[in-house]
Amino acid sequence: MLDGRGTLKRRAGARLWLSGIWLGVMALLALFAPLVSPHDPLTQDLFAGRLPPFWVEGADPAYLLGTDSLGRDVLSRIIHGARIAFSVALVAGIATALVGSLLGLLAGYMRGWVDVVISRLVDIWMAFPPVLFAILLIAVLGTGLTSIIIAIVVIDWTRFCRVVRAEAMNQSAMDYVSSAVVAGRPRMDILWREILPNVLPTIVALLTLEMGIAVIVEAILSFVNLSISSDAPTWGGMIAEGRTSIYQAWWVLAFPLGVLFLTVLSFSQFGEGLKDRFDPVLR
Amino acid sequence: MKLLRAILLRLATMSVTLIGAAVVVFFVIRIVPGNPIAMMLPPGASEDDIARLTAHYGLDKSIFEQFVIWLGGVFQGDFGTSISLRQPVMPLVLGRLPATMELAIFALVIAVVIGGAMALTGVRYRATRTETAIDVANGVGLSIPDFLWALILIVLFGVLMPVFHISGRISPSLDLPFVTQFYVFESIARLRFDLWWDLLKHMFMPALALAIPLAAIISQLLKQSLKETMHLDYVTLSRTKGYGENHVIVSEALPNAVLPTLTLIGVQFTFLIGGTVIIERLFSYEGLGNMAIDAVINRDLPLIQGIVIVFALLFTVINLIVDMTYALLNPRLRHA
Repeated sequence: MLDGRGTLKRRAGARLWLSGIWLGVMALLALFAPLVSPHDPLTQDLFAGRLPPFWVEGADPAYLLGTDSLGRDVLSRIIHGARIAFSVALVAGIATALVGSLLGLLAGYMRGWVDVVISRLVDIWMAFPPVLFAILLIAVLGTGLTSIIIAIVVIDWTRFCRVVRAEAMNQSAMDYVSSAVVAGRPRMDILWREILPNVLPTIVALLTLEMGIAVIVEAILSFVNLSISSDAPTWGGMIAEGRTSIYQAWWVLAFPLGVLFLTVLSFSQFGEGLKDRFDPVLR
Repeated sequence: MKLLRAILLRLATMSVTLIGAAVVVFFVIRIVPGNPIAMMLPPGASEDDIARLTAHYGLDKSIFEQFVIWLGGVFQGDFGTSISLRQPVMPLVLGRLPATMELAIFALVIAVVIGGAMALTGVRYRATRTETAIDVANGVGLSIPDFLWALILIVLFGVLMPVFHISGRISPSLDLPFVTQFYVFESIARLRFDLWWDLLKHMFMPALALAIPLAAIISQLLKQSLKETMHLDYVTLSRTKGYGENHVIVSEALPNAVLPTLTLIGVQFTFLIGGTVIIERLFSYEGLGNMAIDAVINRDLPLIQGIVIVFALLFTVINLIVDMTYALLNPRLRHA
């Protein structure tokens, strides 16, 4: 038996590695999707519809993970789906982090009316069910990758704003900030050069969480048929399609679902692992 | 006096939040492209018909005028008329709300039971493999949102081991004697346990999907608070008095450790209700969320507004209740 701290540290290291490897592999697949995917993700072959994965009887070894009802290769669609998922995760995650952290820093450091206005906005935002809000925004913005990214930023900036605001307030109360004020440094200079670097680890941890959430939001919107186009290979779209033929062809649902599960889990565990690694108390 | 002032202040900020939410949703949905009136009329309707119906729903006025008229109605409990269902919005929304509330409350009960049991087990067997297993389960439960749990449950228990229903609120073949929309409560009141059982079998999968992330949060926080409490002097004292470990955890440590978890449950409950929107869709459960998605797809502006305002009201009221309960339960705030 290891002592409490030893186990914790070992586990944190293992999950950082495992989640990092999974995310790295998925990112590489996404990057080189046209090179590595065995088939074209859009090509239909109605004579090869609903072929099971390779280990089940009646399978065609050319389609490792089977085909969907239109005869499209499940594996190739998952690989191309990773492109869309990771693009959304990266762009939407970073944009959300920028908007939310900026507002949170301003509210937590400036206080006064700036804080009142931003905090009221957060309250109003928190009064909407996020999924409903997302669907509503897509109805307004129209379907497409850009709309999804905008919708995620518009809905989820509060997640960063609340945490960063609290963190900025904590930092503002510390001695190093007071000394910077006494030294006559301009307020904005203190915010960017003193407070921001100290809040950054929190923002990075939140960012990886947000990337996982962005992948889920994309999947949910595809599922409600509001994502990109019903033809494009998205994980959510594949899941929605698999849901309708679940009794005839479970693999159409199960494989994209498994990949989505591991990706979301990895994003969140990677973030937690990073937080532990950067946490001076645990280190 | 201080408490009264605090409550009044809370009510004031609450109304600002609600009016803000009303403004946001009202203006956002009016940018939606697509004419809802043209969608409800059969193809080939004349321009004249469209214009007449547009005027009937007040959609020919300026957005600002529409807002004033709508807000005036809201204060009288009139949310307008649904365009796609051609019925007043208020009864429609109130007819669906009980189904959503029953689902959310059932999910909350499941989350508290599972989360509480895991926290207590984790503390009872702390620093063993059992606690490690619970920590891992908490981590996974927290990382995966309800939408994915729902799909996983559908594959596992709907298809591979079909034990539970994965569609609808109640078996359509059953004869329903209900006069209210609170089916679960009414079936108990009528002693119709056959109906009650059928309802639960339909609700269990969606409720469990909603409950898993919350159960993980409860388990994590409660376990942490319990472990901190276990080091306090009075707990050690009761142990030296010869009480067994189970008694010490449940009767001595738990009452003092439970307050932060209660507050957290209140806040998280609003997130859980927000989750019902997509979960109801996945399980074809006839609640408010499912209706909301249809309303967006049909561009039914009055219905969307009504549903969003009801959700917003629900969330703010729950938050208010949580804050007041916290103030009442916490001796430090009560005597302040």
